[in-house]
This record gives sequence, C-alpha cells and structure tokens, in this order.
Amino acid sequence: MEPAAPPRTDDAPTGPQRIYRHGPFTRIWHWINAVTVIIMIASGLMIFNAHPRLYWGQYGANFDAAWLELPRFPWFVTLPSTYSLAIARHWHLFFALVLAFALAIYMIGSLVNRHIQRDLRIRRRDLSAAHVRADLKAHWELRFHDPARPQAYNLFQKLSYVGVIFVLLPLLILSGLALSPGMDAAWPWLTDLFGGRQSARSVHFIAMALTSGFIVVHLTLVILAGPFNEVRSMVTGWWRVPE
Amino acid sequence: MRISRRSLLVTGAGGMLAGCDAAVRSPTVQSVLARGDDAHRFLQRSVLDRTSLAREFRADQMSPRFRVNGTANPGTPDYAAHVASRFADWRLTIDGLVARPLSLSLADLRSMPQRAQITRHDCVEGWSAIGKWQGPHLARLLDLAGLTPAARFIVFHCADAIGGAPYYESIDLIDAWHPQTILAWAMNDAPLTVGHGAPVRLRVERQLGYKHAKYVMRIEAVASLAGIGGGGGGLWEDRSGYEWYAGI
Repeated sequence: MEPAAPPRTDDAPTGPQRIYRHGPFTRIWHWINAVTVIIMIASGLMIFNAHPRLYWGQYGANFDAAWLELPRFPWFVTLPSTYSLAIARHWHLFFALVLAFALAIYMIGSLVNRHIQRDLRIRRRDLSAAHVRADLKAHWELRFHDPARPQAYNLFQKLSYVGVIFVLLPLLILSGLALSPGMDAAWPWLTDLFGGRQSARSVHFIAMALTSGFIVVHLTLVILAGPFNEVRSMVTGWWRVPE
Repeated sequence: MRISRRSLLVTGAGGMLAGCDAAVRSPTVQSVLARGDDAHRFLQRSVLDRTSLAREFRADQMSPRFRVNGTANPGTPDYAAHVASRFADWRLTIDGLVARPLSLSLADLRSMPQRAQITRHDCVEGWSAIGKWQGPHLARLLDLAGLTPAARFIVFHCADAIGGAPYYESIDLIDAWHPQTILAWAMNDAPLTVGHGAPVRLRVERQLGYKHAKYVMRIEAVASLAGIGGGGGGLWEDRSGYEWYAGI
C-alpha cells in the first residue's frame, strides 16, 4: 500500500530538512476519519438530546435513576442545528458505516504496510522511567521532536494514537452496534460485553467524550507545533524538520 | 502567520458547520443518507440470522415502572365507547391480500395459543424499559386469514392519530413470521392499559419502539406500501423521516 519512501532529502544542505512522514494510506484515512468523526459527534449529540440521561444496566428510562443528566447540547454543536432526531440518525447511521469500514481497512492496511509495527509500536525503552520523564519534560517545554530521530513518534503520541485507533474507535463502534435492537437479537454477546444496552449507551457517550478530548489536544498540539507544516505533512506527506 | 492560520482554522470549522446545515436541507443529501439505512437493513438481513430471538429476561429484571410513550389515549368518541364497554364490541379486522378476511373479538385473541415474553423495549430516543407481553402469534392470525402470494407487507392501522394523521405501521414478512412477533393484549400480567395501547398492540421485538403499533384496529396485507398514509410505511416514517426498518 505504501510506496517505497522517497530518499530522505539530505542532499540540500542549505534548505531545511524535509522528511516524507505520512504515506498516502494514512493521509487518506486521516481526512476521511476527521470529517466522519466530526459528523458522528455532532449528530450523536443531537441524538443524545432526544433523551439526555444516561443509565447503567439493561434498562433505563425517565422513572429510573440516571447516573448522568445533562442539559441539551446547544445548536452550534449539533447536527442538524435545530431539533430533528430523525435527520441526526440518518447522518449518524450513514457515517457509522464509513467510520467502521474505513477503520477496518486502515487497521488491516497499516498492519500490512507495517506502519503500526514501525511507527506506533510502543517499545520497552519507551517505557523506562528515565525515558518517560524525558518525554514529559520535552512536552512541557513544547519540544515535540527528538532531534536525533525527528520523524519518530514519542511515547505520548504513540499512546494517544494507539488509544484512539485500537481502543476508543473500536469501543465506539461496538457500543454503537449494541444500541441496535436487531444486532442485539443476533449477537447477544454485544450487550453482554457492556452489561446491558443502557450501559452500552453510557460507554458510547464516555468514549465520545474521550475522543472529543483527543481532538482538542490533537488540534492544540498541531497549532503549537506549527499548523502549516503539520497540516501540509498530512496533505502531501512531506514534513519539514523544525529547526 | 500563526495567528492567521489559527483564525483560518476557526473560520473553517464554523463554515463547515454552516455548510453541514445547508447540506442537511438538500434533498439529494437526504436521499443519499437514506441509502445508509438501506445498507444497514441489507447487512443485518444478509449477515445476521433472520430467526434470531431478542433476549428474554427474568421477572426480577423488569423495569419497576414502564413509561407510557406516544399517544396516551386516542381520545376519539369511538375509542372512548370501546373503553367504556371494556372492548366487548371491539373487533380486529384482518383483510387486504388474504384468502379469508377475519373479524376477531378480544375473547377470540385470548383463546388462541399464547406466547408470553419479557423483553426490552427500546425507544428511538434512547431509553429502554423491560416488560412482559402476552398475546397470540401474528403468524397464527395471518395463517388463519391465509396470505395471498402477492402479499409482501403487513400494515397495522391504529385508533390513534398524531397531528391529525392516523397512526399506522408496517413490517415485512420476515418480522411478521418471527416467533416473538405477537399481538399483545396483556402487559405485566394484566390487560393492556389505555396508555400502553389497549386493547392490543404489536410487539416486534427486534425493532425500535415506534414500530410497536398501539391501539391496533385493523391488520392489512399489502403488496406495496405506496398509497398508504404518506407511503413511508408508518406515521413516524412519513412525518419525520424515521427509518422504516427500525432494527438499527
């Protein structure tokens, strides 16, 4: 899937060093997923507005104890902006298919082209106390790249990308499937996995909140690291090593 | 430089939301999105076991209080008269593409072989409630009437109306013949209350709540849903655009 990496351009000693950082497979998935996740969150918040209470267990409705009850989300974060559960469901269910199949293809493709093993695998040395401390300190000082290996992801990047790709997104998909009465009948293990449909709905909401948290941190760091260079690298693949 | 990029991002995000809302209103977008519902139905019908049963629960797992939703009382003079006479003169009509149209009393339905099931009711809004339902199999009623080969959908005409439009719902023959699809006249071991759809409501356990038509007066076998109500196969489908296949 991923072409042979073009030569690292150290033949231009006067200009800044450029690195081919993101393969086309990663870039295409990133943008499909970015649009999809934003649509999923916005339409999901509208769906949540239809019954803004969350429960644990198999059942839960107005007379049952909710562990979380929120005011309705405002118009500027919901899709559509005015109340329509039906339209929100159309968007949510359509893009659920995009989210799930794109993620499955990306996971398989990135294992085959070894992106995951090469760039996202958390190695033993990443986890040594000294390394974690050094990474933390570097983050705190807004130094995001190891000058010796600028293209390598640091521990926190690896943890967050692995967490989103292998934990949060699959959790969102599985807990979303568990909300479907048709799926529940055919695959009862789906509801069992979460301890009931209302628990699955709560997990779905929590995973959405964590994903939203990831997006906020991700965008903040893109801005801090130099948004033009970062966005360009996710469009063209080429990333300029900060000086 | 950095400031302008940031403001570009912020403006871009705002513009995207506004763009989404414009897109929401576009009929083309609506029809493309509706293909997503078709895809879900196709995937469920082709990948999953069509005869799988919805989970049944123990009596101690039932909701302490099962909320009434949708119409709480049809409120028409005809319906009020039925309530007053405890549905003694009420008849369920089964007609359409059938060999033998039927007219059944509540006593007829109660004397037929029964199925009782404790199942979870999932509202499209997101809440769930677990209750016990009892009544004859819909399949048994349809067998008595004898569907003609042209019949493809079963339509339920109801006594209530929402926004002036009579409530109706429809299911395909896969769900009509599903062993848990019953016409419930009892809920939680008591005759159905007015709030929950007396005298009978449909239970179609692998779909969302709005498919479980209350106050059923007439069951019609049809070849096509076009020409019934708004043609969408149900009041909520016509009125707000909810999915006809509500197993999602």
